[in-house]
Amino acid sequence: MRDMLILTCPYCGIRCDETELAPGGEAHLKRFGPGSSDEEFEAYLFMRANPKGVHFERWRHAYGCGKWFHAARNTVTLEVYGTYSAQVHEPPQEIRDAISTRVPGWRWKGES
Amino acid sequence: MGHYSALAVAREALRDHRGWQRAWKSPEPRRRYDVVIVGAGGHGLATAYHLGKNHGITNVAILEKGWLGGGNTGRNTTIIRSNYLQDASAAIYEKARALYETLSQDLNYNVMFSPRGVMMLAQTEHEVRGYRRTAHANALQGVETEFIEPKRVKELCPIIEVRGPRYPVLGALWQPRGGTARHDAVAWGYARRCSEMGMDIIQKCEVTGIRTSGGEVKGVVTTRGDIDCGKLGIVVAGHSGHLAEMAGFRLPVESVALQALVSEPVKPCMDVVVMANTVHGYMSQSDKGEMVIGGGADGFINYTQRGSFSHIEETVRALVETFPMISRLKMLRHWGGIVDMTGDRSPILSRTPVGNLFINCGWGTGGFKAIPGSGWGFAELMAKGESPLCAECGLDRFREGRFIDESVAAGVAH
Ligand SMILES: Cc1cc2nc3c(=O)[nH]c(=O)nc-3n(C[C@H](O)[C@H](O)[C@H](O)COP(=O)(O)OP(=O)(O)OC[C@H]3O[C@@H](n4cnc5c(N)ncnc54)[C@H](O)[C@@H]3O)c2cc1C
Ligand SMILES: [Zn+2]
Repeated sequence: MRDMLILTCPYCGIRCDETELAPGGEAHLKRFGPGSSDEEFEAYLFMRANPKGVHFERWRHAYGCGKWFHAARNTVTLEVYGTYSAQVHEPPQEIRDAISTRVPGWRWKGES
Repeated sequence: MGHYSALAVAREALRDHRGWQRAWKSPEPRRRYDVVIVGAGGHGLATAYHLGKNHGITNVAILEKGWLGGGNTGRNTTIIRSNYLQDASAAIYEKARALYETLSQDLNYNVMFSPRGVMMLAQTEHEVRGYRRTAHANALQGVETEFIEPKRVKELCPIIEVRGPRYPVLGALWQPRGGTARHDAVAWGYARRCSEMGMDIIQKCEVTGIRTSGGEVKGVVTTRGDIDCGKLGIVVAGHSGHLAEMAGFRLPVESVALQALVSEPVKPCMDVVVMANTVHGYMSQSDKGEMVIGGGADGFINYTQRGSFSHIEETVRALVETFPMISRLKMLRHWGGIVDMTGDRSPILSRTPVGNLFINCGWGTGGFKAIPGSGWGFAELMAKGESPLCAECGLDRFREGRFIDESVAAGVAH
């Protein structure tokens, strides 16, 4: 067994262990709606990054404030780099900096 | 490598067992193979075996980053059944179950297949209706199952509390020819046969890159040098997303931890496999007497082969209610594996966007039972480019909306 996964809810500031939280899968997926192609729907609904390493995820503080938020986590070391609001389409700069100091050479997709 | 038989055991007994040979060779990798399989779990090894046996392709290497059978194949709770709802699933799982019946003879290796019967408890009205429907579907598919009443459940497994306060047992889906097998033996038996056919099983050889040119696969980069290949089969379960990334495509797969545990050994008390999907737990008794227990998977990506304590607690809590006599048992060992979950909870046996590169994954929490059938179908797909057995398991089903939806039918546990 491993230690409990602990994430801090960015809304109520509570350190929650995983039994309080509901996982919601990969974050920052581009949503597609009516008029999109089959490939776009497939990418949005099913295709997942599933990386060994840095991963951005959606979580819900299910047994707390009930709100969705984002977390940046490492799927191999289980280190948590930080949590942040669900209202953004990309990880904020301080989260990216936190990851870069821990994972040299890491880059947010599309960043040079 | 010598035929295993009662006579061989007697002969070796007379000469201090000095005549046994290694079950498979450990050669150095060659520069090129017609087919390279990544992953020496049950599915990779069964694929190689059927490439040789059914299609005469023996210039094959199986590359394994750790040790043979050290992935999910050596970590599962060995439940074998084929009582699925959808025709596409029933076909491949029943093919596998049928091959298990004679696998020990075919491989000349005792895989200890034990068709002791698998019972899936119905503990809600919804489940009663669901399993009745599955029993009807199975009848049409030619899979022998039956919906049984609580009285019969109690006869088959006296240690169950059928009148449990929260989740009374309302019946069960019973597959008399389901059961268990020895997981390591399945991997070892296939490995021995592959080695005998002249295939190279290369352990401690991690694939770290996939070389392509003009949209076709050319070979792999490994920790033991570059290896060229005509065709490449990726059969790495929880690591599928990582290998797909090397080849430049995404998969509809997420890798999460699934755990199991075994108790101290006790006298024989249960000679069937029982699954309780509403409460997320299942149990059987091993030949050594240990109670083998499994439950639900974690909900988030994790490559550490260690799972959440909360799931163990949930599983044990549910099983203590269903089997009150286990409440005082001590648990001896506990472990986890990384399982590859697809959107519809059904496997992927498919071509990929890269030419001559094939993938076999997505078996998630339930692929041990499928090993012989998966190897049969995937070998055919790799050899001929088509396989009727796994025709509906292609990657394009997600784009085209042709799901093999077992997520509801199978519940969590497989
Ligand atoms: C706790 C638990 C309980 C389960 N219970 C059941 C059950 O009761 N019944 C059932 O039917 N199924 C069960 N399963 C599921 C079953 O174990 C799997 O579906 C099945 O074993 C998958 O086999 P595989 O050969 O595809 O994968 P694996 O056995 O995991 O083999 C994949 C291999 O690929 C290797 N590999 C990975 N990356 C690389 C690389 N880069 N280079 C080289 N090699 C690599 C790995 O080391 C591994 O050995 C359970 C799983 C778990 C974890
Ligand atoms: Zn909160």
